[in-house]
Amino acid sequence: MAAHQHDENCKKMFSLLSEYLDMELPAETCKEMGSHINGCEPCAAFTESLRQTIELCRKYQSKELPGPIARDARQKLVEAYQKMLADRRS
Amino acid sequence: MERAAEIELARQLLDGKPEAFDKFVDHFRAKIFNYSQLLCGHREDAEEVVQETLLNVFEKFSQLREPEHVRAWVFRIAKNVCLIKRRKSIFAPQQEVSLDELMPARGTSGDPMKIEIADWSGLPEDEVLRSELQRALDDAIAEMPEIYRSVMLLRDVEELSTEETAHVLGVNTDAVKTRLHRARLLARKKLDTYLRASRPGLEKN
Repeated sequence: MAAHQHDENCKKMFSLLSEYLDMELPAETCKEMGSHINGCEPCAAFTESLRQTIELCRKYQSKELPGPIARDARQKLVEAYQKMLADRRS
Repeated sequence: MERAAEIELARQLLDGKPEAFDKFVDHFRAKIFNYSQLLCGHREDAEEVVQETLLNVFEKFSQLREPEHVRAWVFRIAKNVCLIKRRKSIFAPQQEVSLDELMPARGTSGDPMKIEIADWSGLPEDEVLRSELQRALDDAIAEMPEIYRSVMLLRDVEELSTEETAHVLGVNTDAVKTRLHRARLLARKKLDTYLRASRPGLEKN
């Protein structure tokens, strides 16, 4: 494959990679991209690294949790909920 | 908590079953806290955002027409509370990062089949490395422009759909897709740099 043509395909791919991984592309485009990735080692490696980045986000664990809810704060929420129910009934 | 369980809690609350109340509060307190802290970066603000958001949520609960979208609905309220908290708008227009800047560099050999990229293999099994990478991801999220961060937190961390994210942020779905792609590429670049520094012998090129 000529280096120039290869570069152009890679660039086109690069801009659509998230939509490809999210399966948001038309079937035809998706197929084209799949076959390009299969035959292009740098694109395959890059796609895999992007996929793992997304995976890491999905498994994100919070560093910190909020402190336990204060009694009066909870009470305010309970009152707001009860008021909403009462307003809806009236 | 699974999305289905969260939707069920919302349905129960709409039906006036108070036994769902504490579970719902605990679940969303943690979620909103995390979102607010990652979006704005202040613990004290995050505590306030959590309480104000939930207060709004319960006041308006009868307006939740589609319980299956409860997560997006709650996050839309949380985003608005975050906006008010911040002195300057966190969603002020910012210049888009060019995609070219995020493409991997060609290897030093000049071979088009080589790029500068770390070896990402074995990552799913390596728990220590994964937790280190999560810290690098924290940094990446904190450093990226806010228009990207706001999308990534909703799409990839909270796993809202493109449409739900667009609704929460008040932008169209194309903007969500464009920003998400850049956010992911920025995060990927940061993680790749981290991997190359921590596993220097394993570089692909």
